[in-house]
Amino acid sequence: MLKIKNLHAHIEGKEILRGINLEVKPGEVHAIMGPNGSGKSTLSSVIAGREDYEVSQGEIDFEGEDILDLEADERAHKGVFLSFQYPVEIPGVTVTNFLKTAINEMRKAQGLEPLPANKLLKKMREKMSLLEMDKGFLSRSLNEGFSGGEKKRNEIFQMAMLEPKLAILDETDSGLDIDALRVVANGVNKLRTKDNAVIVITHYQRLLDHIVPDYVHVLHQGKIVKSGDKNLALQLEEKGYDWLKAETAV
Amino acid sequence: MTGLKPKQQYKMEALKDTLESSFIVFENDLNGEAHSPIHKIRQQAFQRFEKMGFPTKRDEEWKYTNLKPILKPNFRIFPGTENSIDFAHIKKYFLSDLDSYKLVFVDGVFSSWLSETTHDKFDICTFSSMLTKYQDVATRYFNQALPESESLSAVNTAFAKEGAFIRIKKNKVADKPIQLLFFTTEHGHEVMTQPRNLIVLEENAEAVITERHQSLSEHPVLTNSATEIFAHKNARLQYYKVQNDNDQASLIDNTSLVQYGHSNVGIGTFSFGNKFIRNNLNIFLREEHTETMMDGISVGSHKQHIDHHTLVDHKVPNCYSNELYKGIYDDAAKGVFNGKVMVHPHAQKTNAFQQNNNILLTDRSSVDTKPQLEIYADDVQCSHGCTIGQLDEEAMFYLKSRGIPEKEAKALLLYAFASDGLRNVKIAELRKKLNRQIAKKLHVNLDFEI
Repeated sequence: MLKIKNLHAHIEGKEILRGINLEVKPGEVHAIMGPNGSGKSTLSSVIAGREDYEVSQGEIDFEGEDILDLEADERAHKGVFLSFQYPVEIPGVTVTNFLKTAINEMRKAQGLEPLPANKLLKKMREKMSLLEMDKGFLSRSLNEGFSGGEKKRNEIFQMAMLEPKLAILDETDSGLDIDALRVVANGVNKLRTKDNAVIVITHYQRLLDHIVPDYVHVLHQGKIVKSGDKNLALQLEEKGYDWLKAETAV
Repeated sequence: MTGLKPKQQYKMEALKDTLESSFIVFENDLNGEAHSPIHKIRQQAFQRFEKMGFPTKRDEEWKYTNLKPILKPNFRIFPGTENSIDFAHIKKYFLSDLDSYKLVFVDGVFSSWLSETTHDKFDICTFSSMLTKYQDVATRYFNQALPESESLSAVNTAFAKEGAFIRIKKNKVADKPIQLLFFTTEHGHEVMTQPRNLIVLEENAEAVITERHQSLSEHPVLTNSATEIFAHKNARLQYYKVQNDNDQASLIDNTSLVQYGHSNVGIGTFSFGNKFIRNNLNIFLREEHTETMMDGISVGSHKQHIDHHTLVDHKVPNCYSNELYKGIYDDAAKGVFNGKVMVHPHAQKTNAFQQNNNILLTDRSSVDTKPQLEIYADDVQCSHGCTIGQLDEEAMFYLKSRGIPEKEAKALLLYAFASDGLRNVKIAELRKKLNRQIAKKLHVNLDFEI
């Protein structure tokens, strides 16, 4: 599904990603861990198509197509979804209107008619109950005045509505209390199928207790320095990142 | 005027000359009315104009707006012949799903068959019939609200003859909104018109009014409109100006409002069209406990020039005013906002808020924004803020990452930005129409409203 080869990216002359290689297949969950500043968020932004970063080398293939030249919206149409670490507040646009626009733009790109209002509403209700959300939430301005937990829930709600093939969850666990973490993780798990994949980007192990990864990769100084199964995450939790830094500092 | 190039000076003088000769013709046609007290006011106004001339960029109030190119065409002051108009062609300019009173003027002449007037519980009729029928009203109100220092409203006063007259009597509520529409049809000529409106809400009266000027001509049209509004004790008024004329039309709107105790007035100014728009909106608070809401949305593109000059004059204590103007400027469009708030020494407990936010979409677009608060009382709450910015790139990426293409994402953000400018629009059809006009200006088709 996703093949990243020797990816180098920089911003304002500073190289952040220095040769990333990663392959994600349908049905898999990959966790990307690493200390602050290792390039985790950059990697997710580059996959989703943020224009601030310049890719100087390497390629990103998604479903057999090089997506590096595609705009963020075109990547979304192909099935890439990024759950933001810091979702943007947009006063004046309600959650409903935002989702309606997003879904119908997606459908338009796929040559489909707009989703009738009643079907859209029904789907929204279903997905909201999955995430234990209050329906008053639909008429609120997008992310405006939302608590950290509400913002993250809203991200997963959007993911549930847009049904991406590849979901990248960028630090979805940061700022969440235990209950919210459980609800969000349950939501993600229920949305998993054999055809879609998830990349979980996190600093800590705790989210991975709920969303169990098939592979864990450790990112350090813009490179994946170690890959393993879920036990690698436990090891990191126990020992911290320093032993890896020492191991790879050669 | 010595600083002007001879040719430009000639052009401005040319229109002044035309107005001078037209005024003589106008007086000759008045017959007996020429000796009325009303006409004396016209004459005095014309003398003021002759003395002041047209404003230039040297005038503080016209620093950012150059009137010269607007005055350049060889305007006719009176329509040559009376032009007929086909309703099918102008239907779209009406709020037609709405049961309403209508005052429609074509080339400065009242069109009775397009209008729906009443004298029943209140007067919704013409300025000219007010002058003949209700001389007491004319004497009491005519030219009592407009400041004498503005030369363009003086021109209007000098030629004041036709327009809307609305008087809602004590304790009456206008049961339907009132639409004012002014069409200019003149083909083959450049025309300057001087619509004159008088609106009086007596004690505890209520009305909702919309105003629109529309040129159907392919030639330059200059509308120099003046509206005087008196809101007496406890009166309630919503007034919406839709400024969406064609790209050859220029509008100078002089509106003055006088508010008495406990009256509540909202004025919305929605500027999307025209080549040139200048709004002079003056609000005089004469008694305590009034509320005034002033909202504006301007969306300019190409070489449009949209200028809002507002004044809220807090002369007495305990009044509330709240002003919110939003501007979006694309291409080489230019916006001006000058919001003056005067709080006089006795006007304690004044609450005055002002906000002007702008987004510039290109390097060639520009805004001059100047909040001007003069506060001479010490126990007041006043605030103002103006911002000029670009679209938030982080928000753009967020929307695009959800599959919303660049153009739609941009429009969505601009919609959201402008949305609170519609906070006081209570007529659903007008809201819908304004939404459509904003969407059209932003070249998008979003299937929801703000």
